[in-house]
Amino acid sequence: MSAIAHVDGHTEDHDHGHHHKETFITKYIFSQDHKMISKQYLITGLIMGIIGIAMSILFRMQLAWPDHKFTLFEVLLGKFGTDGVMDPSMYLALVTIHGTIMVFFVLTAGLSGTFSNLLIPLQIGARDMASGFLNMISYWLFFLSSVIMVLSLFAEAGPASAGWTIYPPLSALPQAIGGSGTGMTLWLVSMAIFIASSLLGSLNYVVTVINLRTKGMSMTRMPLTIWAFFVTAIIGVVSFPVLLSAALLLIMDRGFGTSFYLSDIYIAGEVLHNQGGSPVLFEHLFWFLGHPEVYIVLLPALGITSEIIATNARKPIFGYRAMVASILAIAFLSTIVWGHHMFISGMNPFLGSVFTFTTLLIAIPSAVKAFNYITTLWKGNLQLNPAMLFSIGLVSTFITGGLTGIILGDSTLDINVHDTYFVVAHFHLVMGISALYGLFAGVYHWFPKMYGKMMNKNLGYVHFWVTAIGAYGVFFPMHFVGMAGLPRRYYTNSYFPYFDDLADTNILITVFAIITAAAQLVFLYNFISSIFYGKKAVQNPWKSNTMEWTTPVEHIHGNWPGDIPQVHRWPYDYSKTNENGEYVIPGQDFVSQITPLQDGEEEMHH
Amino acid sequence: MTVFLTIVVLALIGISLWQMSKILKLSQASNADNSQVANDKDNNLQGKLMLAFVIFLYVLTIYCFAQYRSFFLPESASEHGYDYDKLMLISMVLIMFVQIITQGLLHFFAYKYRGKKGNKALFFADNDKLEFIWTIIPVIVLAGLIIYGLFTWTDIMNIDEEEGDPLIVELYAYQFDWRARYAGEDNVLGKANVRFIEGINTLGLDISDKYGKDDKITNELHLPVNRKVIFKLRSQDVLHSAYMPFFRAQMNVVPGMITEFSYTPTMTSDEMRNSEFMVEKVATINKIRREKSKKLVAAGDEALENYEFDYYLLCNKICGTSHYNMQMKIVVESEEDYSEWLKTQDTFKTQLSAQASN
Repeated sequence: MSAIAHVDGHTEDHDHGHHHKETFITKYIFSQDHKMISKQYLITGLIMGIIGIAMSILFRMQLAWPDHKFTLFEVLLGKFGTDGVMDPSMYLALVTIHGTIMVFFVLTAGLSGTFSNLLIPLQIGARDMASGFLNMISYWLFFLSSVIMVLSLFAEAGPASAGWTIYPPLSALPQAIGGSGTGMTLWLVSMAIFIASSLLGSLNYVVTVINLRTKGMSMTRMPLTIWAFFVTAIIGVVSFPVLLSAALLLIMDRGFGTSFYLSDIYIAGEVLHNQGGSPVLFEHLFWFLGHPEVYIVLLPALGITSEIIATNARKPIFGYRAMVASILAIAFLSTIVWGHHMFISGMNPFLGSVFTFTTLLIAIPSAVKAFNYITTLWKGNLQLNPAMLFSIGLVSTFITGGLTGIILGDSTLDINVHDTYFVVAHFHLVMGISALYGLFAGVYHWFPKMYGKMMNKNLGYVHFWVTAIGAYGVFFPMHFVGMAGLPRRYYTNSYFPYFDDLADTNILITVFAIITAAAQLVFLYNFISSIFYGKKAVQNPWKSNTMEWTTPVEHIHGNWPGDIPQVHRWPYDYSKTNENGEYVIPGQDFVSQITPLQDGEEEMHH
Repeated sequence: MTVFLTIVVLALIGISLWQMSKILKLSQASNADNSQVANDKDNNLQGKLMLAFVIFLYVLTIYCFAQYRSFFLPESASEHGYDYDKLMLISMVLIMFVQIITQGLLHFFAYKYRGKKGNKALFFADNDKLEFIWTIIPVIVLAGLIIYGLFTWTDIMNIDEEEGDPLIVELYAYQFDWRARYAGEDNVLGKANVRFIEGINTLGLDISDKYGKDDKITNELHLPVNRKVIFKLRSQDVLHSAYMPFFRAQMNVVPGMITEFSYTPTMTSDEMRNSEFMVEKVATINKIRREKSKKLVAAGDEALENYEFDYYLLCNKICGTSHYNMQMKIVVESEEDYSEWLKTQDTFKTQLSAQASN
């Protein structure tokens, strides 16, 4: 009911076609408009992405050519790259900050932040988020945390370098590694602010989806994108606060002499007073967020591809109800599988059995989703736009990366591949590359909505194919390196002659990584030049059913001039025909959600 | 090599840029359709590329399995490792089977149903039977894997000190090395805590505990073949992980608690060294090392030593700056050789009195 009330209440305010007077600052900087905020998220996320990917290139170069001196290291790393030799602690710092930036700043804020903000109001038929003000605060907290994270790179003793999982005692004791001093303090402060930002954002998304749907937009008529964003926001609200607690306790251990995670430690020639704490507690708290985080990253990408695959296949998404059920099942299971990161952490082996069970269960909804995507392509009329290619690419990497999860999720098999490059290959494919593909797919698809321009499709094709080949080139051979028992986070493998025959493969991986990173420049060029010089977009370039394509190309505050349209059908009436084989609307293979049922047409009871 | 690869990378980047500019020009030349939405020509080309891509994926898979076969660890040198390897093989075969089929279908459909103006997509929104089938099949397969996995897991993790005559060894980790402590004649480890660390007592043994007197602290881990060994793991400072890949064994080392792992070594170091797999592997490695040495010598550095295989223990949990070089040699030998070696090691009591007499 509230949705209806909202619609009626707001038509008056927004119906005049005029705006409040906007200055540059209120329009572009302290904007409360969800469309502007989504662009702010995207651009901040992309900048963080450039930093994160550049870091990966640096440490991949170190791994491939450990004996070589690179002037680049000296230029970029300063005293940590003296004479072109990377300092081992800097290697660990790069790995740590790369992980942090990519997981949180690019794939959580950059992906979910961008598209939740853009699409939730537009696709459910709302004028804006429930609270534009909180939404603005959410972005600015994210911006602040990004700035602090980048600043931490300049800490005297180096940035945080205990791995992105910051397991204590390494992260708690500056005596253990230089980066655990100021660098780690800044890391923790940045993450605390990030969590606040994420919570404000998530609460806003949940409230908006529940309350502000337009008339006729029942939950079962929502596009799968909205389902994914909605459920993602719920997991975020459930799990991010736990990371905040974990971080707070760590801050206390570091600063106030408590012993939550520390016990019986002798370091740098003295015994610490700490007694009774346990690092395993931290691992539990961390992964209670850490695992759902994987799905916080992945679900929005899956939601985006569901929408894009259906639109470009000119077919309804196969098994809408099963897709929604899978999202819900994955969300629920994701909160009870965290222990599979800890099979050999020293926790009770019986717990390992339970977590193996829940972990392999989560493969079932994931498999259903993959099969449903494949079936959606079957007998479609595929429009292979760049967004569609990235969506198909996502399904491909999601399958490849997901399958190796069956090995890692099995406590027995985890024993020997735990923390090797096998794990690195697995999670990069299943959540890193997949989620990035989701991000790219989303940008290509909704660019016309965000900037009113079209991106160049040919550059998009080049971007996709180089990335697709490069990503597999990097991460497929990496599985084999992991099977050899090569541990991750090693500055160099040259101290174990047994690994000498892996050197060529490491070079191969690095070469692919550099090529793939270079291909992202094509994307950046395309993105920036299209904003300014792109071809002007038409209102509904992809002939899509969802509501965002019923708004004018020019952004207006409140999204729709006049009344918010009513919704009459689900979003996937592509190529729907009457009994005589004709399209429901003659000559048009799509029916917008706001089109009423035609004469003699039956509504899908999906 | 490096220069060559750098050139290759630069060349590839150059080629891709050149190709891109070509594509750009092409797209501008034939500007009949400038909508930036895929047209029939795009669909046709991209669909075919999708088919080419899955072929690339298959070739990559075959290449990796063929070329990197020697990367796989040799047959397990511990008893439970046989079950481990079997389960790994079953899982691998299964996921490769699913991988090949699903990737094939995905990309083939992308090719086969590439769009064409006038084509009509099939309005196919739901099919309960299909959904049921691809829910139930993973359920059954995964149930099988779970049950198999859990039995093996329970076997491995069920550490019973009463059963048989297990050897008790403490593995002690600190930044950035390992020590092994043998329990001595009484086969009971003396009490220890980092608070007792002082001078030569680097592992923090409790001097007042009589069980500790006959303990022996060593820099190498020697194990008798075919006897169960129970490891008690203790850390001095931060988290470490004792990873023994050849024995399919790994357990984190956690400050403040004692973690455990157990296995029975079944192959001596000599047997492993002389196995067909290892002879070939070491030959390859030494060939690589000799080539590297040539360059090193030419540059005025020392040549690399010839490599001889030994089991090793490595740290597999990020533990600080020198994490990458925290290793210990493991020697598996006959019971006699083992006792012989152990005799040559000093007991803790001897070490203490030696210090006192100094």
